[in-house]
Amino acid sequence: MTIDWQAFWLTLQLAVVVSAALLVIGLPVAYWIAFSGWRWKFLVEAVVALPIVLPPTVLGFYLLVALGPRSPVGRWWIALTGHTLAFTFSGLVIGSILYSLPFAVQPFAASFAGVDRKLIAASATLGASPLRSFFRVVLPLSVPGLITGAALSFAHTMGEFGVVLMVGGNIPGVTRTVSIDIYDRVQASDYAGANATALLLLVLCFALLGLVYGLNRRPWAVGPAK
Amino acid sequence: MVEGIEEATATTSHGDGRNGAVAGPVLEGRFRKRMAGQGQEFVLEVEFRAAAGFTILFGASGAGKTTLLDCVAGLVRPDSGRIAVGERVLFDAAQGLDLAVAKRHVGYVFQSLALFPHMTVEQNVEYGLAHLSRAGRGERAAAILRTFRIEHLARHSAREISGGESQRAALARTLVTDPAVLLLDEPLAALDAPTKAKIIDDLREWNRAHRIPILYVTHSREEVFALGERVIVLDAGRIVAQGTPHEIMTAPRQETVAQLAGFENIFDATVEVVHPERGTMVCWVAGSTGPVTLETPLVRAELGSALRVGIRAGDILLATSLPQGLSARNVIAGRIASLEQRDVVVSARVNCGVEMEVHLTLAARDALQLAPGKEVWLVIKTHSCHLMQGWKDSRS
Repeated sequence: MTIDWQAFWLTLQLAVVVSAALLVIGLPVAYWIAFSGWRWKFLVEAVVALPIVLPPTVLGFYLLVALGPRSPVGRWWIALTGHTLAFTFSGLVIGSILYSLPFAVQPFAASFAGVDRKLIAASATLGASPLRSFFRVVLPLSVPGLITGAALSFAHTMGEFGVVLMVGGNIPGVTRTVSIDIYDRVQASDYAGANATALLLLVLCFALLGLVYGLNRRPWAVGPAK
Repeated sequence: MVEGIEEATATTSHGDGRNGAVAGPVLEGRFRKRMAGQGQEFVLEVEFRAAAGFTILFGASGAGKTTLLDCVAGLVRPDSGRIAVGERVLFDAAQGLDLAVAKRHVGYVFQSLALFPHMTVEQNVEYGLAHLSRAGRGERAAAILRTFRIEHLARHSAREISGGESQRAALARTLVTDPAVLLLDEPLAALDAPTKAKIIDDLREWNRAHRIPILYVTHSREEVFALGERVIVLDAGRIVAQGTPHEIMTAPRQETVAQLAGFENIFDATVEVVHPERGTMVCWVAGSTGPVTLETPLVRAELGSALRVGIRAGDILLATSLPQGLSARNVIAGRIASLEQRDVVVSARVNCGVEMEVHLTLAARDALQLAPGKEVWLVIKTHSCHLMQGWKDSRS
């Protein structure tokens, strides 16, 4: 019974990169969802929420097509780097970002929307640009939502399976994550190995979430923490 | 436009700026805004001028006072019209000009104050001074905190200071930016009278040095008289009266103004007798046990025409026996229906055919041993009966 530490290390890397990327990508998307007055906004909200309900295989399939050599995106990537996005770590990152997008955007948007509009108006009347209002007022008052969003997208990426299998395949050290490793072991009737790996993942995820939720006493909080 | 923006920052303490006159710039607004509310639309249509100093915006809730302020601040965009401070245009629908909120130099203190809860008082006050150096910010903030006597709270979180302190902090945060116009939306509504009076004093003191137009929204009659050099009365989105507080409050022509001006008693009346030689008339007010007659000042009204009579509860005298030898022409018998103490005022409701509200002191209540059911006489001077536009016209 051996544990595939390489898979653990890869999974951890993936989760860190994805949650960092989601902080950057998720903030403007969430800001737009929270403050835009566009009448068709709900359509965008629905698109962002799609990964929650879609089977990961569906998402993975479309990603595979979109990133493959026959799509404009895929061709552009090949022209840029010389290889396809599918079955690479970068491809895995892109897939995971899309897959975990709602887990970041929804807590972010809920916190932003919970910030008292009068505070934002006051900031503007004091001469602050929208960007300054965002960084000095909206963001600091949304910290609990930011932590929740980051923690959820981290944990969600740690445990993802279907998208990884579709987009990444099972290349050791490149796309072979812990969940795939567990699946492989079960397929090979290595139940002891599967058990050890699964337990380790469980303990790791629990410890992480426990830490975050403990530091962030109102994990589902929207608006300023009192 | 750009040169105008400089003006607000350049005009500091002795505010005559480039106009040369002590008067300072005038805020002029003429605009229209349609708001779609819950199944009901509301139209704000106003035209006003506010010179340096306090201009009170007075009106019932829902009259459009806050919307008016929001339009001036740029938080709400009017459908048409123009808003300018002196030569600086903030909004002009015809030219497609709509200056961003942050560039208007319009200070706005909200009813909810909107202090940033995650910052200290000092950080709140320095927020609007981002264009200054760190040292400059600290200096200005310290000075304004001293002016508003909250320098000892500088390092306290905005969450943990009292209501009165929050009000001072919010005023300081706005005033430290040297706005070209100041909008105050009932910033003192939640305060007790002594604290309010002190803050009003500080505000007046500040304004003596700065001389900018201040639009001040209030429900409170005391604040109107304490602060107002000019009053604008808003009703259902329109300006129904403008003038000095004295002009507006003592001779209201419209019932909305009358209610706002504190006429607790307003009755429909019919002109019965006219005495042009005495300068008076007799009006009948329909009561439960027949008409109540009131002698009122003479106005241009025909016999039988419909008017409204407004009488302030504080203008009515109350006697426990039929008074004799009085100059007051209206002495009406009645019975006390209820007594209610509000603060240091006793409000008595007296049934004398119609129900009248009378305000008395606690001492008067005790000296006369007033209690519900007691027989009393109401004494009302002719000139305490204020006549307003007739009820038949206003209802049609």
